[in-house]
Amino acid sequence: MAVPEIDIEPPKTESPTRVNGRWAGYRALLGARMKELWREPEVIFWVFVFPLLLALGLGIAFRNKPADVTPVAVAANSHAQSVIDLLQRSPAKNSIHADVLDEKTAFDRFRLGQYSLVVTSDDTGLHYRYDPARPESVLARSQVDDVLQDSAGRAEALKADATQSSEPGARYIDFLIPGLLGMNLMNSGMWGIGFAVVDMRQRKLLKRFVASPMRRTDFLLALGSSRLVLMIIEVGLLLGFGALAFHMKIEGSLLAILLVAGLGAICFGGVGLLTASRAQKIESVSGLINLVMMPMWIFSGVFFSYERFPQVIQPIIRALPLTALNDVLRAIILQGASLSSQWAPISIMVVWGGVSFFAALKWFRWS
Amino acid sequence: MDTAIRCRDLKKTYDGKVEAVRGIDLEISAGECFGLLGPNGAGKTTTIEILEGLLIPTSGDVEILGLTWAGHERELRELLGISLQETRLSEKLTVQETVDLFASFYRHSASTTDVLEELSLTEKADAMVGKLSGGQKQRLAVATALVGNPKILFLDEPTTGLDPQSRRQLWDIIRQFQRKRGTVLLTTHYMDEAERLCDRIAIIDYGKIIASGTPAELISELSGHHVVEFALTGSNGDGDEVWKHLPGVQSVRSDDGLFALRVDEPHETIPALLAAVHDRHAQLAHLTTRQASLEDVFVHLTGRRLRED
Repeated sequence: MAVPEIDIEPPKTESPTRVNGRWAGYRALLGARMKELWREPEVIFWVFVFPLLLALGLGIAFRNKPADVTPVAVAANSHAQSVIDLLQRSPAKNSIHADVLDEKTAFDRFRLGQYSLVVTSDDTGLHYRYDPARPESVLARSQVDDVLQDSAGRAEALKADATQSSEPGARYIDFLIPGLLGMNLMNSGMWGIGFAVVDMRQRKLLKRFVASPMRRTDFLLALGSSRLVLMIIEVGLLLGFGALAFHMKIEGSLLAILLVAGLGAICFGGVGLLTASRAQKIESVSGLINLVMMPMWIFSGVFFSYERFPQVIQPIIRALPLTALNDVLRAIILQGASLSSQWAPISIMVVWGGVSFFAALKWFRWS
Repeated sequence: MDTAIRCRDLKKTYDGKVEAVRGIDLEISAGECFGLLGPNGAGKTTTIEILEGLLIPTSGDVEILGLTWAGHERELRELLGISLQETRLSEKLTVQETVDLFASFYRHSASTTDVLEELSLTEKADAMVGKLSGGQKQRLAVATALVGNPKILFLDEPTTGLDPQSRRQLWDIIRQFQRKRGTVLLTTHYMDEAERLCDRIAIIDYGKIIASGTPAELISELSGHHVVEFALTGSNGDGDEVWKHLPGVQSVRSDDGLFALRVDEPHETIPALLAAVHDRHAQLAHLTTRQASLEDVFVHLTGRRLRED
């Protein structure tokens, strides 16, 4: 059979033709995708602003407060000044605030909770009025008693000292930021790929693309690359924000963090693509995406440690891709772990990403 | 003359039961503008999408420019320009960006500036697609098909829902493409579009071609290619029977008080018609004569109107 001659020269027209290289389609698809994202204000908000607001809000709510000052009332009488003097002499004077008030006013305000303790000093000694049901009142009694006794010259029976510990690295915000980063990579991977694909399918744009000589692999590559570009911005913003606003210390290497975040972005991009591989309508894929993400929001240790869940389900929790991503991010950011020490959760992500990507390709509908 | 599109005994059955296409043969020459004319649901879109390589036929062969889809998809895609029915292009890209994007998929593409010029979209080059009118969007869809310098242009219902001016604009664009020795295959359910634009047409109904040829051939094959239309007052209509026996009348159709007689020679029929009206003491409320159209051909062949709206 004669092989038909294929004339791929452009028809002779007066208009000049342009020659496009192998990667022209990929570059144009990526450029178009980035422009579309940039021109969509909701995307900017959900991907970039929302996680920062969340980090800010939670960081403030769970911030480590300065040590409380204990409010104490001293009943006004001839001994009151000596109590004040003793308190002033103590090294702990800044943690106790004492007012001298007549006894009735002192008791009234104690009852209303303005003071945690009323101290009355007379010839028989010190008298404390406190409320055993109020923890701060119990604390105030022993604290004030210690201060007064020590100032009055009590000798320590045992030698003891104490070190305060609330350094960056062990606070809630330090735990939270890597978790938010992981969650954000999941959200934007699932929505950024899953939603975009179904939207284009519903608009028949996918079908229009495959009716042109566009390479399907270029299309998927461009989608994935757009996720990686966004990922770099997301990581930079969240970690920069943590460092600036909460003096968060990043122990591990930035390169390792970017590699892991990139793997996470691709992994959830694959899961997103699988979720979206057949859905025809935006409504149905939205439900599916939420269904897939919901368990991970709860179980994968974004806001609190997943160790709190029963032992029985721990293996399942650890097999979730977001758990793996959060674990690796925390290990690198908070403990400076190396990539090689994290091979187990990293392989979990590779498997999730790889399996869903190839399953997605198998089932994918272009129209 | 070279054959651009050829298909033999094309059949497509969906889910093993819905027979959308039931044996279609086509042979379209290079440089021709060919129209698939038929009502909605006749199988036009299924047929054109099989020819475009977007649907796989249940049975039958397709050859485009001498090539089959299996094994030559990539070469063929470079040679074809396709505009689908209702594609919604990205609203957040400009007209120029959209055409550039589609241009980048082809090894050799036309310059975006020229294509926009050709489709009178130059002024809108920087406008967002979401801000375009229906006609402009449709021209943009055709621009994305033309930017690859195709040899064959496939258009599925290109002017559906457009205003008359936008339709004429698109017709001009299609003719211009044809002048550059391009081949066009389009589907339409507008008979005037098929009549004015297409060199040849195939009328499709229920997944089969029921007639094909040039518009003029199809009309002249119709015995009685003039139509006399009239309406009466002062008579509650004696049914079609009375009019059928007037001289030269081939068929009678009545539609909401309006009678349409397909006749060979109007000058023989009209005097007899006037006499008959006079005899029944009725008055003419309306009387016109016109050439038979493709619509009449379709009605003659199927007993139904092309568009039931």
